Amino acid sequence: MMAADETAMDPVLSVRNLSLEFVTRRGVLRALNEISFDIARGEVLGVVGESGAGKSLTGTAIIGLIDKPGRLSGGEIWLKGQRIDNIGHDGLRKIRGRRIGMIFQDPLTSLNPLFRVGDQIAETILTHMPVSKAEARARALALLTEVGIPAPENRIDAYPHEFSGGMRQRVVIALALAAEPDLIIADEPTTALDVSVQAQIITLLKRLCRTRGTSVMLITHDMGVIAETADRVAVMYAGRIVEIGPVADVIRHPKHPYASGLMGAIPALGAKVQRLTQISGAMPRLNAIPPGCAFRPRCMQAIGKCAEAVPPLVRVGATSARCWLHEEQDERSAAHG
Amino acid sequence: MFAFAIRSLAQGVLVLVTVAFIAFSMFRFVGDPVVNMLGQEATQQDRQELTERLGLNDPWPIQFARFLGDAAQGEFGVSYRQGRKVSDLIRERLPATLELAVLSAIFATGLGVLLGVYAAINRTGFVSNVIMTTSLIGVSLPTFLIGIGLIYIFAVELRWLPSFGRGEVVRLGWWSTGLLTESGRKSLILPVLTLGFFQLTLIMRLVRAEMLEVMRADFIRFARARGIADRSIELRHALRNTLIPVVTIAGLQLGSVIAFAIVTETVFQWPGLGALFVNAVQFADVPVMSAYLMFVAAVFVIVNLTVDLLYFILDPRLRSGRRVAKGH
Ligand SMILES: Nc1ncnc2c1ncn2[C@@H]1O[C@H](COP(=O)(O)OP(=O)(O)O)[C@@H](O)[C@H]1O
Ligand code: SF4
Ligand SMILES: [Mg+2]
Repeated sequence: MMAADETAMDPVLSVRNLSLEFVTRRGVLRALNEISFDIARGEVLGVVGESGAGKSLTGTAIIGLIDKPGRLSGGEIWLKGQRIDNIGHDGLRKIRGRRIGMIFQDPLTSLNPLFRVGDQIAETILTHMPVSKAEARARALALLTEVGIPAPENRIDAYPHEFSGGMRQRVVIALALAAEPDLIIADEPTTALDVSVQAQIITLLKRLCRTRGTSVMLITHDMGVIAETADRVAVMYAGRIVEIGPVADVIRHPKHPYASGLMGAIPALGAKVQRLTQISGAMPRLNAIPPGCAFRPRCMQAIGKCAEAVPPLVRVGATSARCWLHEEQDERSAAHG
Repeated sequence: MFAFAIRSLAQGVLVLVTVAFIAFSMFRFVGDPVVNMLGQEATQQDRQELTERLGLNDPWPIQFARFLGDAAQGEFGVSYRQGRKVSDLIRERLPATLELAVLSAIFATGLGVLLGVYAAINRTGFVSNVIMTTSLIGVSLPTFLIGIGLIYIFAVELRWLPSFGRGEVVRLGWWSTGLLTESGRKSLILPVLTLGFFQLTLIMRLVRAEMLEVMRADFIRFARARGIADRSIELRHALRNTLIPVVTIAGLQLGSVIAFAIVTETVFQWPGLGALFVNAVQFADVPVMSAYLMFVAAVFVIVNLTVDLLYFILDPRLRSGRRVAKGH
């Protein structure tokens, strides 16, 4: 069902049919549904979709930080061949920071205001690596230099409030990279920043991960960033991946009507971007997801079948999409291939 | 930092002068000092002489200035009732009150922070529920009832501890301490528990609530995402952030422990300042009352200054000036 053959043979991260639900008094809400994707070594996977689509939940589910009423109700998460969705609290703690680094949206609140930034970086290193305090501090200094903090030998003993927003996000990136993880999950790392520094931060993140061979799951709602940064992109809608594939294909020839609508919002990239659909209306809330395709109430191309069943994710050309319009095409291409 | 310290200090002085004015006014509105000092049988001549000698014919701003000058040196005149200098009375009683209050404060903050942190970390545990329920009793029971209850159990029924007084005290210069004798230490236990119990429950509930709040902060989530150990997240990252707001309220509470030991001192017949004040009120002994008022004000001002200073030590955001990095 999932088209995994386009990624490298040995993915760093492999998410298989992941589902997540919230058990509330008014019933069970399915927030993530059959999420499947791989991220290869050194690859940048962009994750897009409007607010509430489940992007952040996917990221937090991977590092096992889902809060109480939420729970994984199905699926598997594999990190370099090791299953990590069922390894318990202590097992996960050794993965977090060490094998998977996380960057959150708001650098202003991600750092403990009462601790020097150098100490916070050294703390992360000491937690995961068998080095001396002096060595940890030396590495912290090297990291601050690497993320482009000016005069790092002076700034290492500064407190978070003594940095600007952009500088703080650089510190957060240094923290995420401190224990040399295989994968970085960056959840809207620039949304809270001044527009003038957003590009710098993304460029920095991309450069650092490329030189280290670190894979990235980059969550953003900025299609421009995806176009410039990601190798592949997953489009999420109402808790499902509705289209996933190489970034150029998804941008130029989106197969899912929702993806097409999103692409209509990207600034010109030189390519012919056709605006197929105008997306009006809003994404349904978790407790009001319609039967069949969740996008149907907003879809201009809906057909009879759309209200009856959830479309499967099928291979369409270079990408995979969850839309009944492409079902037959898929069968044809399967027959030809 | 400097400007901040000056501002705190100026505020403290302002508070003291204001309270001094109230204390000063008491002399004029609560009874007639001349009558109080000479008694009813004195002649008109004696009265006029004393009035002149006390400077009561001077305009009030001059009298107030004199009062301030004396107060600054710890002089509040002579007790109407006991005929002794108020400063001597206070010096005699101060050690009893301070020993009681400081020990209560240590008991209340130490145990309060400990239990609060425990109840926050093990939010749903059985022990936490017991702690929280007990603390509700502590918050709602009046101090004198707690004192009487403790006396009933430990002094009357079990006969383990004395129910009144300081026991044997040892004099160290003008200071007298109950800490150096066994009977002195035993005598301290019940009053310390009584005086500290309310503050203990308050601080505990405060620490718990603050800590639960801090544990929801983004930087705690980020610390988890970095793989930091739970104990370190709770006791390093969360606790320090918890203590900043707790310091203010705990500080003010401790100020009130020292200042208002009145009930506890009365219940345990503790020879401290509170008991002195209660006696003074009964006999409209204005010099003693005004001195006590000034003492309470001074305690609050000192506590406030200490809290401000602690803020500086705990919170780097206040400590450093504007060293924000330029540009991005
Ligand atoms: N604690 C919770 N209880 C119930 N629903 C939640 C909770 N946390 C998140 N959700 C829901 O899960 C969905 C996905 O959220 P999220 O992953 O944060 O979206 P986004 O794509 O904007 O990052 C949203 O509809 C949100 O309302
Ligand atoms: S399945 Fe139907 S409703 Fe859903 S996107 Fe495709 S055409 Fe539109
Ligand atoms: Mg989000």
